[in-house]
Amino acid sequence: MENALLIAAYVVAAILFILSLGGLSGQESAKRAVWYGIAGMALAVLATLMGPGSGLWLLTLILIGMGGLIGWQLANRVQMTQMPELVAAMHSLVGLAAVFVGFNAHIMISTLTGVFAEEGLTLGGTAGDGYAYASLAAYEGLSSFGQLIAKKTSVEIGILRVELVLGIWIGAVTFTGSVIAYGKLAGKVDTAAKKLPGGHLLNATAAVLSVIFAAAYLGGAGTWALIIITLLALFIGYHLIMGIGGADMPVVVSMLNSYSGWAAAAIGFSLGNDLLIVVGALVGSSGAILSYIMCKAMNRSFVSVILGGFGGESGPAMEIDGEMVATDVDAVANALEEADSVVIVPGYGLAVAQAQSAVSEMTKRLRAKGKEVRFAIHPVAGRLPGHMNVLLAEAKVPYDIVLEMDEINDDFPETDVVMIIGANDIVNPAAQEDPNSPIAGMPVLEVWKAKQVFISKRGQGTGYSGIENPLFFKENSRMLYGDAKASLDGLLAKIS
Amino acid sequence: MKIGALKETWPGEARVAMTPQSIAQLTKLGHTCVIEAGAGEAARFDDALYAEAGAEVLPDAAAVYAAADVISKVRAPEMAEVAHVRDGQTIISFIWPAQNAELLEALKAKGATTIAMDMVPRISRAQKMDALSSMANIGGYRAVVEASNNFGRFFTGQITAAGKVPPAKVLVVGAGVAGLAAIGAATSMGAITYAFDVRPEVAEQIESMGAEFVFLDFDEEQTDGAETGGYAAPSSPEFREKQLEKFRELAPEIDIVITTALIPGRDAPVLWTKDMVEAMKPGSVIVDLAAEKGGNCELTVEGEKIETANGVTIVGYTDLPSRMATQSSTLYATNIRHMMDDLTPEKDGVINHNMEDDVIRGATVTHAGEITFPPPPPKTKAIAAVKKEKVPEPTAEELRAAEVAAFKQQTKTQVGLLAGGAALLLLIGSIPGMPASFMQHFIVFVLSVFIGFQVIWNVSHSLHTPLMAVTNAISSIIILGALVQVGSSSGLIALLAALAIFMCGINIFGGFMVTRRMLAMFQKS
Repeated sequence: MENALLIAAYVVAAILFILSLGGLSGQESAKRAVWYGIAGMALAVLATLMGPGSGLWLLTLILIGMGGLIGWQLANRVQMTQMPELVAAMHSLVGLAAVFVGFNAHIMISTLTGVFAEEGLTLGGTAGDGYAYASLAAYEGLSSFGQLIAKKTSVEIGILRVELVLGIWIGAVTFTGSVIAYGKLAGKVDTAAKKLPGGHLLNATAAVLSVIFAAAYLGGAGTWALIIITLLALFIGYHLIMGIGGADMPVVVSMLNSYSGWAAAAIGFSLGNDLLIVVGALVGSSGAILSYIMCKAMNRSFVSVILGGFGGESGPAMEIDGEMVATDVDAVANALEEADSVVIVPGYGLAVAQAQSAVSEMTKRLRAKGKEVRFAIHPVAGRLPGHMNVLLAEAKVPYDIVLEMDEINDDFPETDVVMIIGANDIVNPAAQEDPNSPIAGMPVLEVWKAKQVFISKRGQGTGYSGIENPLFFKENSRMLYGDAKASLDGLLAKIS
Repeated sequence: MKIGALKETWPGEARVAMTPQSIAQLTKLGHTCVIEAGAGEAARFDDALYAEAGAEVLPDAAAVYAAADVISKVRAPEMAEVAHVRDGQTIISFIWPAQNAELLEALKAKGATTIAMDMVPRISRAQKMDALSSMANIGGYRAVVEASNNFGRFFTGQITAAGKVPPAKVLVVGAGVAGLAAIGAATSMGAITYAFDVRPEVAEQIESMGAEFVFLDFDEEQTDGAETGGYAAPSSPEFREKQLEKFRELAPEIDIVITTALIPGRDAPVLWTKDMVEAMKPGSVIVDLAAEKGGNCELTVEGEKIETANGVTIVGYTDLPSRMATQSSTLYATNIRHMMDDLTPEKDGVINHNMEDDVIRGATVTHAGEITFPPPPPKTKAIAAVKKEKVPEPTAEELRAAEVAAFKQQTKTQVGLLAGGAALLLLIGSIPGMPASFMQHFIVFVLSVFIGFQVIWNVSHSLHTPLMAVTNAISSIIILGALVQVGSSSGLIALLAALAIFMCGINIFGGFMVTRRMLAMFQKS
């Protein structure tokens, strides 16, 4: 395929990708948007196969086919509660692919330097507008990728090296980071924040060393420097994510999402491929915005999340009066029967207990009785941005009764019953009432303004942040202890 | 603990403090129950029913006093009964401690703990044991029934083939629990109902029950109901005059008057004077729920029904709840049961008489050889106090100013960002020897980031997970790099590229598929 035609195809693909992301502004348009994405990807791959990637068609198609088959299986088998794990696992693949592609570019540069040297030339060596490759006898024998690099001037080769170091570095951080995030989300790695002795200092040292070795590499050091940089980046990815606790995972996953995009963009620069740059930038900014939204929802700065742990408490926590009053399924069922408006607040506990279909069934029955039932979703509920929405959608809860925090917060005073399932910090009134609380200022769902609040919870423990929740002690709160699924099944038996 | 219930000794009292239903609940708290034979007869609860529910039926009161640790009654025990009381025994009943100082002394001397159901503080937590309210509710309903029984016409207006029937006009004076219950009963029978209360804040409650609030044009600062535990306070003479004037004006057209006005610790105020009764039409009915405290109507005779010379019936029964004994016993027994519930917090049948608890402290009138009446004021106010001050609404100018300020701030941030970004770009461009080809790619990059920010802000919050999955799939665009490299003659390059292609393949198919799967699940109701 001609070069101009290739670029034209890339432009179309880029537009399709933009439309694909833009379409996600609404549930209905999203269903169409995903096809734009698929079409864009197909177009980009086909155009590349026709053009610079032609040659090993059969092998390529087999590889894509095999990978596709695995991907397809994964996508169809994954439980919706496992979405965070899947997303994290997929990020790791992008990261690793970026590392490989980056290394290939490096190997190609080394190889070409050898080829040029055999003929007494230097890669990118000619000054001015003249290109050294023009006098290279072996040029026609190079692969298209080789030709691409051979055409570059020495300055361009220098920039190319910067870009590929960046691409490899970000890719490697993304890879180990995602693997650890996957392990934490899947429960295979301890979710508590853990650091090796030395903590942040270790990360900082590794980062500084990376810069030093990158300088060495750019100054002419060989493959070993690149390998050391990669190892350092792998370590940073591992250690960074190990130090971040379970409830901060929404930020981590969206941050890794962002990184995988920046890695693709860096590789795009080194390959001179605009489509890679465009898509990498889109994905990178998307992940960055998600991270920003998540951080804002937790009222924490991005840096403090990345560095792990909550900031020190600035004073003694407010005294809590009152007592936690336990209730039973009968009382909750009665209250729900009598209520006209019900708001359900789901949290990570709902996903853990796999209680989404029980909630959905309860919603259906209550709605059939003419009650207004709605869901209130806090932006950081769950372990992935939008996690709760997907779980509820899976359980066939209609999306128009699933509302965001800002949409529903003003309605709590007129709500008869609020039912909290497996959520804690996101409904903690201390965020507004106690300036000394570690979560002071974090936007929370103002459930305590409702007439009655039921909290389904496993035990009396505190939430992820380890702070007492004054909500549980309020006069209109009642605790329903036990596994969320068991409690909801018990409720279903009482509500016909 | 053993909870006992006695047959009421007061003549005509048909209620009983324990029902088969409450026995089942008390048993759950770990208590056992005994009851005097025939105690529930007048309320239509047979001894056999009690035995079946698990209570021990004892032959007489003395046996119950001897067996039970807690004695529950409706009416306050009479002096003769106090003789049976043992040291440390708990007595729960209506006591009226302010009027029965002698009884308190006697119970104190016996060393009994006495809980007065009429002293339960009026706070939200204690509503479940507020026997005054539950009895008043029944009294209010029954008052309407008594009125209709003695009234010669329909309550509701009808147009029949035999002629037009005008609806009855009912005036309810005092909109407490009894008054509101009476309003509810009267309106549901179809009468046109008016209601009056000295507390202007109850107007809303009156209207919610379907009655019309009789508005009094008088601007005296009223005592906030929240200060007096939800009861009305005595009103000034001027206010009273104004009030009577209004009633006098209403009297000729009202068919039925139901008065429920009580002031705690005092005789009932006279609100319906002789001349008002005389002004009423023959056949009209007055039901005076305050008869026991002297009556709101000047002509009321306590406990009796009389007819005046001009044909107005005045009902002064004092036993209205007792006239619906089955209903009132059920509610009263439930109030007692809730009190026991609070007294046995561990549900293990052991009574913990916690004098720190507002409700228990308030209701206890003798304890541990002391008279503990009157109680200190409860820590919680009965009704939320009226908010004194309102935050002034921001004026239009203030709003406008705030808007302008916000806009200026926004402009400032934007200009700052733009300037910073432009400076950074120029800086990169001015690096000596920076090749144009790089700058071209760089422009593409910056524009794409820009587009990305614009597009992603519009993504709906609920679609963040699909967004991540789809960005995941499209970030596999890195496959293009691998595709270009895989044709290389170098074995290592080809191998790494092949692996990258394979991994991207997983990601592309997996990412798009799972996004599709998720999006298909989002359904509108």
